[in-house]
Amino acid sequence: MMTVRTFLLGIALAAAAVPAAAQDAPAPAPSIEVPEFDEGGLTGTVTDESAWQDLGIAIPAFATNADRPTPANAQGTAALGVELGRVVFNDLRNNGLFRPVGPDSLPRPAYAQITAPAWGTWRGRSAEMLVHGYVRAADSGQLTVGCYLYDVQLQQELVREGWVVAPTDWRRAAHKCADLVYSRLSGESPFFDSKIAYIAETGPKDNRVKRLAIMDSDGANHRFITNGQSTALTPRYSPDYSKIAYVSYANGYARIFVYDIGTGRQTLVTESQGTTFAPRWSPDGRWILYSMAVAGNTDIYRVSASGGGSPQRLTDTPGIDVGGSYSPDGTRIVFESDRSGSQQIYVMNADGSNQRRISFFGGRAATPEWSPRGDQIAFTHIAGDLRIAVMSPGGGGLRHLTNSWQDEAPTWAPNGRIVQFFRTQRNSGETSIWQVDLTGRNERRLPTPVGASDPAWGPVLP
Amino acid sequence: MRKIAIAVTLAGALALSACKKDPPEELPPPPQTSTPTPSGPGGPGGVVPGTQEHFAQQMQGRDTIYFDTDRFDIDAEDQASLRQQAQYLQQFPDVRATVEGHCDERGTREYNLALGERRANAAKNYLVSLGVPANRITTVSYGKERPVALGSNEQAWARNRRAVTIVLN
Repeated sequence: MMTVRTFLLGIALAAAAVPAAAQDAPAPAPSIEVPEFDEGGLTGTVTDESAWQDLGIAIPAFATNADRPTPANAQGTAALGVELGRVVFNDLRNNGLFRPVGPDSLPRPAYAQITAPAWGTWRGRSAEMLVHGYVRAADSGQLTVGCYLYDVQLQQELVREGWVVAPTDWRRAAHKCADLVYSRLSGESPFFDSKIAYIAETGPKDNRVKRLAIMDSDGANHRFITNGQSTALTPRYSPDYSKIAYVSYANGYARIFVYDIGTGRQTLVTESQGTTFAPRWSPDGRWILYSMAVAGNTDIYRVSASGGGSPQRLTDTPGIDVGGSYSPDGTRIVFESDRSGSQQIYVMNADGSNQRRISFFGGRAATPEWSPRGDQIAFTHIAGDLRIAVMSPGGGGLRHLTNSWQDEAPTWAPNGRIVQFFRTQRNSGETSIWQVDLTGRNERRLPTPVGASDPAWGPVLP
Repeated sequence: MRKIAIAVTLAGALALSACKKDPPEELPPPPQTSTPTPSGPGGPGGVVPGTQEHFAQQMQGRDTIYFDTDRFDIDAEDQASLRQQAQYLQQFPDVRATVEGHCDERGTREYNLALGERRANAAKNYLVSLGVPANRITTVSYGKERPVALGSNEQAWARNRRAVTIVLN
């Protein structure tokens, strides 16, 4: 035991001479308040986060009780432990709330220290919080992953949790650990263990190949779903992740298909001959909203997601009514309509009654999406450029989150704190997926293998 | 003939005057003032009459009509083009066609799918009003997915805001 402790301290001293890999702390931001509104739903304030800028978290490699072969890593469970630490580190670092230090800059704890940390080692650094984890491979191949969060000053465990996963799901265990740390320290709901559906783009601007694709929230486990022979657009995960609704030109015109991820089967949302597009799921997964053009006029319809039953028409104006996003309690729908003469944002009850306009600022407003927390609506504000913006469900409190030539189609992370959208580059038309915090800070690109658009974020995986 | 000549003059006058619509980068050539005559089978170049290739050749750019930003109305120049298209479709009564509606990139994707539908439908309605049976024309919207002009400027956008009539072979 003494030998181990000494060994670790030695490394700590040597490592102290090397500056820890930490990102530059941005200047503290002033408080941003979301004004109260009278539309119901949750109220919330986006608070000053400058206190988090100095919160250093040490995330060394996960330990293992025995270095065994595992399908999850070619070099065995010890190497897997390093990868687990890296995934947790990258989740927290990309989020911008913390100043984490990862396994590649830290000494490696022994298995016994996971539940009994060597406090001296960690107090000697600027770490205020400490993440420890372990991974054990069973004979069956199943992995048990434990995750512990410690307060270094108080020498106290804050929270712990463990998961048993198949080797192919090892990254999910790391995301669950990052979620555990993130929620405990920020008070926010988790979101790292989730998936994103989007459209992968290749080819020249006048002959784009567009394929449906899915990936983890950090871009890993990427998979193409369609082969690009027909243009695919605007996918949406079902709330239980079992299906993806998306638009395909496979029949020569825009139609909505529901792709069953488990069986690989595709079914049409509606047999109607009209152009159908803009699919959206209700929060309980029972309904699919869609927009359909009849004799040139587009309205919003609702149909049972389980098939059967006839569609119910929700809007009925000569204007273009398109899209639709449910409030998290499922009682209301926010959508876009140009019935007033230009694209604006409207709210109605889930049965189509009481339709009223809520956007009354300059320019046009499109693609509204209700936050899973209910307190904000993200949308595309068109006034010259196309910018991502948010407002309260009552229509007040307009704030812009981005300021580029063309940003559009925001969707929310499961915790309602991060907005994801796609950015189009002028002239080349190249697209890429970006994320930005609700405060407008920490704008970052999500890496994808090729061009990317129409990102849709699924809920936290159970 | 006289009506066509007046329409041509009016269209020319509108193009010269300061109307709010920017003409496309490449103006289509002046419309033919004579009815297009069908070539016999195996005519010049071996193009078969009543096919898309023949139609596009005969129309010389008049198979496409253009729109202002966010608009879907058929102006006088569009009407002249659609008249040419209707004449062709009436000469070949077995031919079916589809009208594709398109938008420029400077809008959101789903709204543009709807706007493309409006444009395609407006063109179809005008063809129907000229006597082409409605069941011979279908419509499809490509929104902003199929630009022909690749720049991010007013000229390119004007060329992309269009409805194109395609003869189905």
